Amino acid sequence: MSVASSREDFKEIARLVRPGSRVLDVGCGEGELLELLASEKGVDGRGIEISPEGVSACLSHGLAVMQGDADRDLDFFPAGTFDYVILSQTLQAVQRPRHVLGELLRIGGQAIVTLPNFGHWRVRLDLLTQGRMPVTRALPEPWWATSNIHLCTMGDFTALCDDLDLNIDACAALSEGRPARPTDPRRRLENWRAEAALFVLSRRRNQPVNR
Amino acid sequence: MLEQHAWETQGDGVIVFPPEQPLALDSGGRIDGLELAYRTFGVLNADRSNAILICHALTLDQHVAGRHPTTGKSGWWSRLVGPGLPLDPARHFIICSNVVGGCMGSTGPSSINPATGTPWGLTFPVITIADMVRAQAMLVSALGIERLFAVVGGSMGGMQVLQWAADYPDRLFAAVCIAAAPRHSAQNIAFHEVGRQAIMADPDWRGGDYGVLGVRPEKGLAVARMAAHITYLSESALQRKFGRELQRDGLSWGFDADFQVESYLRHQGAAFVDRFDANSYLYITRAMDYFDLTTGPEGGLAAAFRGAKNVRFCVFSFTSDWLYPTVESRTIVRALNAAGARASFVEIETDRGHDAFLLDEPVLRDALAGFLEASALAWGRS
Repeated sequence: MSVASSREDFKEIARLVRPGSRVLDVGCGEGELLELLASEKGVDGRGIEISPEGVSACLSHGLAVMQGDADRDLDFFPAGTFDYVILSQTLQAVQRPRHVLGELLRIGGQAIVTLPNFGHWRVRLDLLTQGRMPVTRALPEPWWATSNIHLCTMGDFTALCDDLDLNIDACAALSEGRPARPTDPRRRLENWRAEAALFVLSRRRNQPVNR
Repeated sequence: MLEQHAWETQGDGVIVFPPEQPLALDSGGRIDGLELAYRTFGVLNADRSNAILICHALTLDQHVAGRHPTTGKSGWWSRLVGPGLPLDPARHFIICSNVVGGCMGSTGPSSINPATGTPWGLTFPVITIADMVRAQAMLVSALGIERLFAVVGGSMGGMQVLQWAADYPDRLFAAVCIAAAPRHSAQNIAFHEVGRQAIMADPDWRGGDYGVLGVRPEKGLAVARMAAHITYLSESALQRKFGRELQRDGLSWGFDADFQVESYLRHQGAAFVDRFDANSYLYITRAMDYFDLTTGPEGGLAAAFRGAKNVRFCVFSFTSDWLYPTVESRTIVRALNAAGARASFVEIETDRGHDAFLLDEPVLRDALAGFLEASALAWGRS
């Protein structure tokens, strides 16, 4: 998993999140984002993290964190526990992205998901000219080493959201070192331009997520 | 003989509760004149906010650190309790008491029944984990502590931690539950029953009256320990430690301890009978078998933790623990989340089985230290 433009994606998330809300960060690492959200927005945060080192670091920062992963441990929480569930640069690495998306919106009112965009022009150019799996800033590992088993383009992802009856409440294009740029994910040009993207999702009114 | 430091000897005694303060029991009975043996380390601070209660496991005792008076060995958690360690007498006031029903100075089946002048034996009332915790709460009050900073324990100690959170949620700020379960499984009960039957099959058990008759069911207790000890290890740890290594060159073609693992278990059994009472083993294993926080009157484990919303929990499990496997800890964490409590969970990778909670596990040590430090800061702010 690359953490393309991670600081920018954190800043954008900190901008979007309502003060004092309840937040779950899935794959919270050492808790940098949760600490940022606690200090800037006074959120009540929880984390899920797979590595014991990350979990230990979170504990020493006073964060409540559970060792686990997105594929199997979102059922730790009852429905509607959180205002936001954040899944940063992880959905493409889970076994069952469709199931995980459903779970995010079972336990949270809104999901904030960031993804590398496989439709970015550099990826397309690499594949077109080299005929090899692209290795880019957002996707730095060769195909045999990457944990990204479910890569998709912005177009693919918006189609999945439609299929699952999810609203895209906001979307921003992310590029390393540059501020997040609000964007319309359904515009074909954006699918060429965005290196990675951030989506804010919610269920269509009163609809259980169709998995 | 280990060197003794001043912090190791700070508090060492037995509290005797007056008759007007009996211990009420879940069974409906009560214990008058309850005695609890305990040790403390460190100093209670002026605002009484640094007290940590440590709850011990089935066959352990109040000698969590410092030198053990019977065995001469260092305390059972000296890897975690001591200067510069997560549970630090320089910062914390650490309390550990022998459970009611135990045999290290607290009232138990080997205590003298004042009505008869002889050991209670099987006339001692059956006790539960909640009874143990109720007795600890009496001790904590007697020490002048309204609210504990933390309650910490592994295995049966972890069950007591959960019981504390269920019964006295306002009397603790943080809770650390290590390698435990919210209830005893059929397999847990089954292994305990093997141990109890081994004790009761020993002719020297004498229906529990061995204390009066001046004998001890040492063989039965040793077998109980041997069976239980296997459950504290893992298949791979046993294989790594012993394999099929022999004690001597060649087989005996008989039933001596040919294999090192046999010799090891026999040693474990023999060492255990020197320090533990057979009837206490019956009573404490029963208390664990009766333990079940999942079927409260209002149903469900989450309901048991309903009052504990403001308690900060940290739950630990070990990957190779098949006595109280990780799935049990996950059940606890799920219920804590459902109850709205603040729960953290760490699963530690190790092949050392259930006993890992007593061994040198750097992840446990560091995570516990971090959790307690951050909790102390949070309590200071609240």
